[in-house]
Amino acid sequence: MTALEDILALPEPVPAPVLAVKNLESYYGPIMAIRGVSLEVREGQIVTVLGANGAGKTTLMKTISGVMNPQKGNIFYGNDDIAGADPDKVVRAGIVHVPEGREVFPLLTVEENLGMGAFVRSDADGIRADQEMVYSYFPILAERRRQAAGTLSGGQQQMLAIGRGLMARPKLMLLDEPSLGLSPLLVKEIFAIIRRLNREQGVTMMLVEQNARVALEVADYGYVMELGRIVMADDAQRLLQSKDVQEFYLGVQEQSQRGQKRWKQRKTWR
Amino acid sequence: MDVLQLVVSGLANGCVYGLIALGFVLIYKATEAVNFAQGDFMMLGAFITVGLTNQAWLGLPFWLSVPLAVFIMGVFGYLLDLIVLRRMFGQSQIAVVILTIALGFVLRFVAGAIWGHETVSLESPIAGKELRFGGVVLGLDEVAVIVVTVLLTIILYFYFNRTKLGIAMQAASQNQLAAYYMGIPVKRVHSLIWALAGAVAAIAGVLFASKGTIDPSAGLLGIKAFAAAVIGGFGSLPGALLGGVIVGLIEPFASRYIAAGYSQIMPYLLLFLILVFRPHGILAQVHRKKV
Repeated sequence: MTALEDILALPEPVPAPVLAVKNLESYYGPIMAIRGVSLEVREGQIVTVLGANGAGKTTLMKTISGVMNPQKGNIFYGNDDIAGADPDKVVRAGIVHVPEGREVFPLLTVEENLGMGAFVRSDADGIRADQEMVYSYFPILAERRRQAAGTLSGGQQQMLAIGRGLMARPKLMLLDEPSLGLSPLLVKEIFAIIRRLNREQGVTMMLVEQNARVALEVADYGYVMELGRIVMADDAQRLLQSKDVQEFYLGVQEQSQRGQKRWKQRKTWR
Repeated sequence: MDVLQLVVSGLANGCVYGLIALGFVLIYKATEAVNFAQGDFMMLGAFITVGLTNQAWLGLPFWLSVPLAVFIMGVFGYLLDLIVLRRMFGQSQIAVVILTIALGFVLRFVAGAIWGHETVSLESPIAGKELRFGGVVLGLDEVAVIVVTVLLTIILYFYFNRTKLGIAMQAASQNQLAAYYMGIPVKRVHSLIWALAGAVAAIAGVLFASKGTIDPSAGLLGIKAFAAAVIGGFGSLPGALLGGVIVGLIEPFASRYIAAGYSQIMPYLLLFLILVFRPHGILAQVHRKKV
């Protein structure tokens, strides 16, 4: 092999990890919710963490954003270990957490909610520009800018939560269950915007989802968590093809032996 | 114009109740704790002003000692949260309530030890003067109390709706977890709210002492202010002021037209009726708080 061939044969350069979690352990009181989790999120990618209820996905995110403190392990963000740092330091460093269940400030207006997203910033011009950027992605929020956030619909509140997160101008965005409680059409819309934000604004995303199919379709890389541990890690496309993921998380079943779907015959309601 | 004088003196009293009630509501909204020492904060603010102003003590000019007293009470509130209440984090509400009740006793006796248990009057330039409009004679002190309260309300309104920190205080009280996620330093915001409650109490104290006398047990009128806060709708800042004004207005009319002995129960009778028929108060701000 010549030297030239050698270079050509090298795989595409892999972007550097923005976030590297090493052997992280967190407890809810006496209960160990995540048991030695290690994962990496690479620059510019969308990385998804899948898993059933109680697998520890949300705990993992809360530990990264500093709302919970880990018992053991490291969270490297760039070169700094941010494990156990206060949430305001983590936001200032460029990681923003868009929580599960939206969690807007119900009595503040849409505009004030966005303003609170930029709490850690003081560049008035940049904040104004970013607010217009958020409105361009979510035009409905511009229409409702003077309305109390608590009066928005679920989908609009989710948009507001993402928009509020963007206002912190994050390098890394932690999205916890953005599809929760939304209609399939809205889920599609929100995920299209997530994809666009990733490409156009260059925001690296870490996405926790129960809706595995949608998440794997937008993601570059995926992890599967079970009972506080990472049990699978692969490219999103390969995870989509994987038999285990298909069976447990995508609900794809081998053609049933009975030849018909059982739920149609079942009468579980009294 | 008998009625007008009753209205003005009732309003003046009501403003003081309203300002104390405002302190209750500020702290309750932000931290879900009730500060039963709020009345004693008012008393302490008044005594600090007395200590700074009166010739028997420091004898500073009134217009210097008032902002100084407000500042001292603000620092007091901030440090109280920083040093004591932050350690109570995670304890039950009852523990915080008992702590603030005990704090009230401590403040009463500390004030008594420093300034004596006798009644003192503040050497205030507005005390005991009269305003005449045609045939109507009004106490300058009472009018001043009303004017200052209105001004303070306007300032607080702009603070809470126009400034970043004010909106952040609202945000932290509406959804504490989300406030953490946005990088709002929630603990410091709580301390600042205690500071604000201390400062407002000091202003209430100066106003109270300007229109009468003050003694270490004056803080017990905090109970009346608490009733006012509940009447107005615990959790609503305008409600607190409104409740204060209502209680203040009831009192002079009750004592004028109802036999002594019955008149004092009127504010509490109203409290009772409000709790039965409109349990969230007049200006209830009902929304479910997420945990």
